[in-house]
Amino acid sequence: MLKVNDIDVYYGNIQALKGLSLEVNEGEIVTLIGANGAGKSTLLKTLSGLLKPKRGSIEYLGSAIDGKAAQSIVKAGISHVPEGRRVFANMTVEENLELGAYLRKDREGIKKDMEHVYELFPRLFERHKQLSGTLSGGEQQMLAMGRALMAKPKLILMDEPSMGLAPLMVKNIFNIIEMVNKEGVTVLLVEQNANMALSVAHRAYVLETGKIVLSGSAKELQESDEVKAAYLGGL
Amino acid sequence: MKKSKVFWGYAIIALVLYAVVQTLISFGMVNTHYQNMLITMCINVMLAVSLHLVIGVTGQFSIGHAGFLAVGAYISAICTMKLGMPFSMAILAGAVVAMLAGLLVGIPSLRLRGDYLAIATLGFAEIIRIVFLNIDYVGGAAGMQVTHQSTWTYAFVGTAITILIISNFTNSRHGRACIAIREDEIAADAMGINTTYYKVAAFAVGSFFAGVAGAIYAHNFYIIQPTAFGFLKSFDILILVVLGGLGSLSGAVLAAIFLTFVSTYLQAFPETRMIIYSLVLILVMLYRPTGLLGTKEITDLFKFRKKGGTKV
Amino acid sequence: MEWIQQLVNGISLGSIYALIALGYTMVYGIIKLINFAHGDVFMLGAFIGFFAIARWDMHFIPALLMAMILCAVIGVIIERVAYKRLRNATRIAALITAIGVSLLIEYTVIFFRGAAPEAYPTIFENPSFNVFGVQIDTRSIFILTVSIVLMMLLQFIVHRTKIGKAMRAVSHDADAARLMGINVDNTISATFAIGSALAGAAGVIFGIYYTRIDPLMGVLPGLKAFVAAVLGGIGIIPGAMAGGLVLGVVETVVSALGFSLWRDAAAFVILILILILRPAGIFGKNAREKV
Repeated sequence: MLKVNDIDVYYGNIQALKGLSLEVNEGEIVTLIGANGAGKSTLLKTLSGLLKPKRGSIEYLGSAIDGKAAQSIVKAGISHVPEGRRVFANMTVEENLELGAYLRKDREGIKKDMEHVYELFPRLFERHKQLSGTLSGGEQQMLAMGRALMAKPKLILMDEPSMGLAPLMVKNIFNIIEMVNKEGVTVLLVEQNANMALSVAHRAYVLETGKIVLSGSAKELQESDEVKAAYLGGL
Repeated sequence: MKKSKVFWGYAIIALVLYAVVQTLISFGMVNTHYQNMLITMCINVMLAVSLHLVIGVTGQFSIGHAGFLAVGAYISAICTMKLGMPFSMAILAGAVVAMLAGLLVGIPSLRLRGDYLAIATLGFAEIIRIVFLNIDYVGGAAGMQVTHQSTWTYAFVGTAITILIISNFTNSRHGRACIAIREDEIAADAMGINTTYYKVAAFAVGSFFAGVAGAIYAHNFYIIQPTAFGFLKSFDILILVVLGGLGSLSGAVLAAIFLTFVSTYLQAFPETRMIIYSLVLILVMLYRPTGLLGTKEITDLFKFRKKGGTKV
Repeated sequence: MEWIQQLVNGISLGSIYALIALGYTMVYGIIKLINFAHGDVFMLGAFIGFFAIARWDMHFIPALLMAMILCAVIGVIIERVAYKRLRNATRIAALITAIGVSLLIEYTVIFFRGAAPEAYPTIFENPSFNVFGVQIDTRSIFILTVSIVLMMLLQFIVHRTKIGKAMRAVSHDADAARLMGINVDNTISATFAIGSALAGAAGVIFGIYYTRIDPLMGVLPGLKAFVAAVLGGIGIIPGAMAGGLVLGVVETVVSALGFSLWRDAAAFVILILILILRPAGIFGKNAREKV
């Protein structure tokens, strides 16, 4: 479904991704784990069109999307849940969700999907007239995910959904990620919480200083000694 | 040792320049028109260099410099015309009062930065102008008669002192503190630089020399009117600093000299002059936002060869 | 009774400031630029309205609409040509460019038609009418009506339409807005278009109210409208409306007390006080700058 081929991405003069390649198949949850500054968020921003690769190609459903504007990538069915949630704090929960469906024209479908989001996150429905800036961190994460789902994506990119959340909330969020995946949405999940990420993912990549250093099924990586030592905190 | 050598080098160049022009004037080889242009040039250089200290060195975006020019002009004119003081004392008085005005404007700058500060300085300059407009003692809107006392000597000495003090200030410990504020105020603060003190100091010193320029300006044109000190005048000064390079003293001097020529020749076509000025402002910002010289000095071009390139 | 008249005058003047301030505040909210040229768009609006009414014999409403549409186009051109390239430039560079654009518009107009003022044609037969013994200027009522309609329209656009929501989203977080599929460039242009159209409308009603227009007329109202925007809290739309009204009333009161020469200083004194005491404005929340 998504094929990243040997891309180089720069932040000004600093090279953040060095010849990175990876692949995501339809229906999968693929996770990308790595330390701070490894280039995880850079990759997601490149996939969603906020950054342009200097070299290499990105193929999605058989056509090249590298260098395309963010809005045409959203239109093609890729939604990005950004790091730190980035909800529109000065707008209500409902308005945030409406913005998620910004490019869609089917009023009926939008209405149905909004109901579906409220089913997934009943908490959001309780607060649908509230300004999103007043929500708790976990609720904002739910809103960011709900907002991304409103675009009716085929592939959803999630950047550190567990960041700064209480353990119980993390569990809740990951359950929903699995549910969304079962409904047919492919997920590319970037996480520092490797344990949690590997427990829901089918396959995984390990990113270090802009390069993929390890890949395999989530199970394999969970048992790999290197991953254990570096990311799982076990022996 | 080396520093003093450089200093004497510049001093000799300045003396020669002064002597040559003075000789030409005293032999009657420079007519009043060109004498006026030379004095205007000196005034513009003083204004540019003093604003350069505020914007270019300290990074405090002030667009109200004409306000300090006005203070210097009016106070010095009061001193000579109403109090009968000698011109040199009047210049000093104008400069000191302008400096006090600078302190007054500097104090809100403690809390404001960027575009808010810009608007506040503009507001202050307008208030100063409106105050003079409403004081009948200085003629109100009709303006105030001032005798012609500015000469090439006064203008040149004023300019030389302005450049000397501001370049010394910039190259001193204080100047480096100001540059640190320009580059990153929060980091400068964290390093223990008293940012408040230096910002206010930069405003005060800059205003002092704008006051000197104002005094010489007032005594060069027979009459001063509040309308001459509106924000258009502030923008006129701003363009000198922007064109020369935000942070380059020699750039400001060169731009002041060059634009004095340009505006003298375009005097009969003020609209054309303003259209050219505004286009220059826009184009410089779009294509070379650091100004023509950036933060480099013209003297760096010579150093470049000797040391094989040192970047600041 | 005279006070009621003065109050009405103040509110009329204030609603002109408010209409201009809205454009300042919207543009500042979305790209953090003090668009100095905004006052000159107001001036162009006044001239377009003048030509439409006096030379081409148009009725008032079509003239107003024409001024608004043309000003919207001008605003978008200014944004696309001069400001778009400066998105990532320093604030000082952007501000200087805006000053440059402002001067360019003013002096281009002077270059082509001279600096002489123009007298607006009168469009009302009865200059004033009587309400319970109070003489009310017809034009004041008319200015108020136009301003209120436009402000309600703006509130509707910003809160109920897709483009309005996009504008709010971009001004809050441009990258997050991009991820929603919002075309940020077009949204910024739309903001300029709407703001400039309001300034154009303000120009026309200014002309009708004060009857005298000239190429530099935009400078002072422009600056004062900016003061109004700061007063209400820059980036906040209801703040700009309130700020404009407060400023208009204060100026009228200062004049009425016999200090008309000090009127222009009032705005700047307010500006400096508000900047020192409450830089976020009346409606703003004080936010610390991020390190």
